[in-house]
Amino acid sequence: MSNDPRQRLDRYVDQYAARARTMVASEIRALFAVAARPEIVSLAGGMPYITALPLDAVGELAGQLVTDCGAVALQYGSGQGDPGLRESICEVMALEGIRAHPDEVVVTVGSQQALDLMTRIFIDPGDVVLAEAPSYVGALATFASYQASVVHVPMDDDGIIPEALEETIARLAAAGKRIKFLYSVPTFHNPAAVTLPAQRRARVLDICRRSDLLLIEDNPYGLLGFDGEPQRALRADSADGVVYLGSFSKTIASGLRVGWALAPHGIRDKLVLAAESAVLCTSSLAQLMVREYLATQPWQDQIKVFCELYAERRDAMLSALEASMPTGCRWTRPGGGFYVWLKLPDGLNSKVMLPRAISARVAYVPGTGFYADGSGSEYLRLSFCYPEPARIKEGVRRLAGVVEAEIELRDTFGSWPADTPA
Amino acid sequence: MISDHMADSRAAELGHILILAGGLSPEREVSLRSGDRIRDALRGAGVDADAVDADAALIPLLTSDPPTAVFPAIHGKDGEDGAIREVLGLLGIPYVGSAAHACRLAFDKPVAKALVAAAGLTTPESVTLPRETFHDLGAGAVLERIVAKLGLPLFVKPARGGSALGAGPVRTADELPAAMISCFAYGDTALVERFAQGTEVAVGVIDLGDGPQPLPAVEIVPASGWFDYAARYTAGRTEYYAPARLSDQSARAVAAAAVTAHTALGLRDLSRSDLIVDPSGEVFFLEANVAPGMTDTSTLPMALEAAGRDFGVLCRDLLFLAANRKS
Repeated sequence: MSNDPRQRLDRYVDQYAARARTMVASEIRALFAVAARPEIVSLAGGMPYITALPLDAVGELAGQLVTDCGAVALQYGSGQGDPGLRESICEVMALEGIRAHPDEVVVTVGSQQALDLMTRIFIDPGDVVLAEAPSYVGALATFASYQASVVHVPMDDDGIIPEALEETIARLAAAGKRIKFLYSVPTFHNPAAVTLPAQRRARVLDICRRSDLLLIEDNPYGLLGFDGEPQRALRADSADGVVYLGSFSKTIASGLRVGWALAPHGIRDKLVLAAESAVLCTSSLAQLMVREYLATQPWQDQIKVFCELYAERRDAMLSALEASMPTGCRWTRPGGGFYVWLKLPDGLNSKVMLPRAISARVAYVPGTGFYADGSGSEYLRLSFCYPEPARIKEGVRRLAGVVEAEIELRDTFGSWPADTPA
Repeated sequence: MISDHMADSRAAELGHILILAGGLSPEREVSLRSGDRIRDALRGAGVDADAVDADAALIPLLTSDPPTAVFPAIHGKDGEDGAIREVLGLLGIPYVGSAAHACRLAFDKPVAKALVAAAGLTTPESVTLPRETFHDLGAGAVLERIVAKLGLPLFVKPARGGSALGAGPVRTADELPAAMISCFAYGDTALVERFAQGTEVAVGVIDLGDGPQPLPAVEIVPASGWFDYAARYTAGRTEYYAPARLSDQSARAVAAAAVTAHTALGLRDLSRSDLIVDPSGEVFFLEANVAPGMTDTSTLPMALEAAGRDFGVLCRDLLFLAANRKS
């Protein structure tokens, strides 16, 4: 026992890097720990519905893989990824109009690692990253960890607004700021659930080209559309101006942690070196599982199964929202992906409201997580990918009650002290 | 001093015990960490201990394979409001800590304040109001009277809850409505106190059958100045001093206050009282906890260490006491 009564509990507290200062315990995380319980209808997390996979076939494939070529599957692999898998990835991307060579592909631990590596090789502290408002929370966390300065560009129902993008680039250039890249989720956006139409895609590409601005196209949901053919990827029309990030998390299984980056050669080389320094290689077993799954299983039919299932859940959520949400709420009607983005009535704060929702046994993600500056409290993200339709309806019914109670609180406290004579 | 042999036999005599941790309150994560720590400490003391959640599987588990005793480590509502202990009572399973009726009194902060005040302790002047009152009578008029009566700064917290969730200081009148809305997100009744300025201490009380004994006070110095959730559960965001840097007189005063609170609330086995020592040396009671946090950043384990006591042995002895209460 020490005689010094001072207990700091973490003797290294003064030695952490500046970028670790924001890594602290939070009420929101505490609430999400409750949301994982089965008693809660969680409309929060974007977990794919893995149960819909042919698990027996995947299991057989995995066993066979270890039996037949375990010495390779359980060994280190190349930093760039398995060549056979990279060929298959090019075939997957062809569905979105992309013509690519396997040599341009780097396999990563989910597309999240591809984003991390891109940020690592491009961002010095203080460099500017442009991102849609709102933007994917995992991307914002990555940008923050490299001390990037995120500048949001507004969106409307058709995604990022080209005029706003031009204006933002000009404003930052005039201020002498160095923009390293534009990060975008153009198809079935997370969280805003909107999709950039073809005409606007051309304009965005043109603006980036004229501004010499690299575009990162993050496209995990591109093949999960509920109507018609897949959208043509931005990368399909700009081989040297776009780095495309893809993922098998939603089309096969998120637990495999296999994604990729498709990048021009110069960037590709740096990504490979960065990947090797980060993890040596992506799991060989996971890569070979994906390769064999693509080679032996009807994977496009399975994606159709996922799409039909998610479309049914989207419909369940939209009809429940229509039936029960109070006046003043507005929400998106996604054509694919996992999410509905909901705007609360004026004066309500989704972050403050979350404990009441957890008490009512329903969870969502407050909008504040999707803005680098913590704004967006009037929004919340609802996910329809994981709960079954009946649970979604029950969750939305509970949420409606929570919002109604919050409206009453706003009406009770909203006008004080401004309207109260001193 | 118990010999190794006696310690082993005591642990063996206990048989299988369960720690209840988790629950569905916002303090679930904290509770899971407390439960894991208690389990590990008990195993270190030779006790056959497992941690389980309080969910629909609990009653079938307790009835099919009853443990010798239960150590409740569920924080917040369900854990500290007496509900889970009432259920344990229904099942005839002995448990560590205060009985359900005492938990109900202690968990309700305004009730606890009234009881300890009646026993002679000082608590910050306060008002307690349900949200309906603000709705029915008009928030403006009520808040105005609160500020007029208690002044500023204030401290707003849910009448029932813990870990500072929904609680916060209010420095100006403009901040009050937002603080009330945050508070009401965690419960339907708010306690608005005059802000007690001074040294914040937590004082644990242990009763192993020989009367309530205070542990050394632990002084809490959050880097941000306010002991919120992040300051409580991020190692390094708060400095603790165990024992607290108090004069002997103040140290005796806070120890006596914690024992008085423990007794006045009818608590049993263990508790923790949160207190403020103002610059004049006056001690203010803030609240009492019947299932104190036992995480790596919690004050009760720090106090035990400062007292030179083994955490696992204490947990074992409390279970032994509880198990023998059955008869």
